[in-house]
Amino acid sequence: MVAGLVLAPLAALGVTALNGSEDLWQHLLAYVLPVAVRDTLVLLTGVGLMTAAMGTSLAWLVTAYDFPGRKVLTWALLLPLAVPTYIIAYAYLDILHPVGVVQTTVRALVGVDNPRDFRLPDIRSMVGCIALLGFVLYPYVYLATRAMFLMQSANLLDAARTLGHGRRTVFFRVALPLARPALAVGVSLTLMETLNDIGASEFLGVRTLSVTIYTTWATRADLPGAAQIALAMLAVVMSLVIFERYARRQRSYANDAQHPRPLRPERLRAVPAAAALAAASLPIVIGFVVPALYLAHAAWTRVQADGLSPAIVVEARNTLTVALAGTLLTMVAALVVVYAARLHRSRWSTGITQVASLGYAVPGIVLAIGLLPVITGVNIVLLTSGVAIVIAYVIRFLAIGAGGIESGFSRVPLSVDDAARTLGDSPARRLWRIHLPLTRPALAMSSLLVFVDCMKELPATLMLRPVGFETLATHLYGDAVRGTYEDAAIAALLIVVAGLIPVLLLARAAETSIQR
Amino acid sequence: MLIRMSRTVTCAALLMLVLMPARPASAQEINLYTTREPGLMKPLMDGFTKTTGIKVNSIFVKDGLTERVAAEGAQSPADVLMTVDIGNLIDLVEKGLAQPVQSPVLEQAVPANLRGQDNQWFTLSTRARVLYAAKDLKLTSFTYEDLADPKWKGRICIRSGQHPYNTAMVAAFLAKHGEAQTEAWLRGIKANLARKATGGDRDVARDIIGGICDIGIGNSYYVGLMRSGSGGADQKKWGDGIDVVLPTFAGGGTLVNISGAAIARHAPNRAAAQRFLEYLVSDDGQKIYAEMNYEHPVKAGAPIHPIMAALGQLKVDPLPLTEVARLRAAASKLVDKVGFDQ
Repeated sequence: MVAGLVLAPLAALGVTALNGSEDLWQHLLAYVLPVAVRDTLVLLTGVGLMTAAMGTSLAWLVTAYDFPGRKVLTWALLLPLAVPTYIIAYAYLDILHPVGVVQTTVRALVGVDNPRDFRLPDIRSMVGCIALLGFVLYPYVYLATRAMFLMQSANLLDAARTLGHGRRTVFFRVALPLARPALAVGVSLTLMETLNDIGASEFLGVRTLSVTIYTTWATRADLPGAAQIALAMLAVVMSLVIFERYARRQRSYANDAQHPRPLRPERLRAVPAAAALAAASLPIVIGFVVPALYLAHAAWTRVQADGLSPAIVVEARNTLTVALAGTLLTMVAALVVVYAARLHRSRWSTGITQVASLGYAVPGIVLAIGLLPVITGVNIVLLTSGVAIVIAYVIRFLAIGAGGIESGFSRVPLSVDDAARTLGDSPARRLWRIHLPLTRPALAMSSLLVFVDCMKELPATLMLRPVGFETLATHLYGDAVRGTYEDAAIAALLIVVAGLIPVLLLARAAETSIQR
Repeated sequence: MLIRMSRTVTCAALLMLVLMPARPASAQEINLYTTREPGLMKPLMDGFTKTTGIKVNSIFVKDGLTERVAAEGAQSPADVLMTVDIGNLIDLVEKGLAQPVQSPVLEQAVPANLRGQDNQWFTLSTRARVLYAAKDLKLTSFTYEDLADPKWKGRICIRSGQHPYNTAMVAAFLAKHGEAQTEAWLRGIKANLARKATGGDRDVARDIIGGICDIGIGNSYYVGLMRSGSGGADQKKWGDGIDVVLPTFAGGGTLVNISGAAIARHAPNRAAAQRFLEYLVSDDGQKIYAEMNYEHPVKAGAPIHPIMAALGQLKVDPLPLTEVARLRAAASKLVDKVGFDQ
């Protein structure tokens, strides 16, 4: 049923695509795709490498070493998650613009008056785009790999150490290979986020495939053409995902130790400790503190001028309602899918899992267009009641939930299932008694990711919401399009703040449940 | 187990249906679907409610308005459909989502060339595509053709060539000069760009005072929004820091685009919807367009905002807007072909 839910809008897109679009592909192949594909690949490679390196090394740093500030950093490193890509792009363009704070100060320091005589490189470039996306997306990798490092039994790592290896070797030879499912999940989440990002890329002048789809549809009113590109793109993503699974087929990442004991971090001396603290703080400053302060400043200017609009309270409530409903249903659906795959252990059911995760690879706007006829076909009340938004969230973010649960499940040996089954436990009881308790950190963390993503989601919310229903994201967008950015700053700040609370709560919950 | 879980999902979904009941529109309400930002519509909606007692529920759908109304079909709650680009408006009509309106008030206020032949769509306001320029250039006149002049190499800023405002400009050029010349013109502009074609029209003003470029193209009402200070103190600096020239086509006039509306084919509150359109072209409605949004009113004789009047006398290009709408897709393809945004 869950797979069907995901497939319905894709099927609708397929039907739309069949309606044909004359000479579209010829045009695209000749003029658009060479550059769009190259740019997309460069962007994906850049963001993938950056988030993998940052996320994993930060996770290892705060897990394997102890230094002042480590406790705070373990959760603070998640903060950039609360900042949507379109917000960070706008904030940095403003801050780093020739007439912005930074360059004005620099010019004052070097004694140049006119920006024409002295300018720093423009952030609106491929490098700028990779860097900004990297700094807000690395927490996906950090979160996944840290959960894995924490759950890895110290026994394995100690065994490696008794063999005379240093921490660094242990990391590269034992911890990192064992964390590969988590790394794969984390990186694929960042890649899919990157792939379906339209706001930041377009804003920074990077013409990705998603922007191409958008152009074909919005400017040329060529929906069939847009559907064709979207499906082609989806096929590429699917083959990547399958390739990764194939590459780690037959391997078991389960931990057979009877009493897994978390790794005890090694204390660092003064200088390395200071270096570690600085290294781990930098991403937080760039990915969160600077944009948050920028927003706070802009929002404050606005509130002083006009006061706070009462509508924003309603919008905040709407946002929380749909995001909570979306998270709950997504996690239930993800659990069903992953557990079913585990119960059946067949190729068929793993296939379903992959299909169910496809929604994440579809740009939100494409998903919304595909979903529209399906939803109105069932009952228009789904659209006028707001349920459509929740359905879209489930389809879109199922991959996050399923990915997290799956990498958590992967460390529970199948022999445990079999043992419980011999003892006569029903599948439901096994799930409740064994899998859920054992994977609680993974569950908590993926719920958090889904929630924050639901709150930030814009294109599908915009398209599928009922008349008169505004969320913080749609308000923000409406103001940003009009260019009254200071109005938008209040909504943006609220998205960031509302995203913070669950980040903090769940990071805490995850830590304690692991360390107990 | 799995069945039970699916059941939980279904129950939760049903529960949500109950918790969020659909709001049925009564005779004293209309539903407005708009691609226009809610902040710009609010004063007009409030004014209408004050005059008539009819409440306006609105939904802002940036792109995809057509798809949404089409998918809703005969059950659509939409009464009025509003867009900010001629192409999107004609698209609605061509997909059969609008209906003809017989209204002497509308016919009198909106000139025949600014509404559909069978009165399926109406212009509500117009805006010009103008030139923003660095003050030290002291430019007083400019043609759209000049944009491709090599003397501007590395000196032009513009938003994405695929944005409707720019495709409309390219489509107008195409109608006047034909495909070969338009392609050469686009290549010329592309070669003159100081940065990637991206961002918004206001970024052009900011980039000019930031020294990134010397001239750029933007919509007229942004000048009003910036210079009036309604977009904040920073934007006032951007607006005051540039000169604005009303460019023309060689031997023609200035390119304008429109904001307009249609009544939805299946509008449940048709009479109230018509009253809303009539209000928008009334003296009160047109005044709000001019004063709050810095646009040019569609109704002859309606006053325009002093900031906009100071830009000079607008001489509108005679090319019919339907031609611009018709050539939109061809223009968009040419923009791709020359790699304008790459």
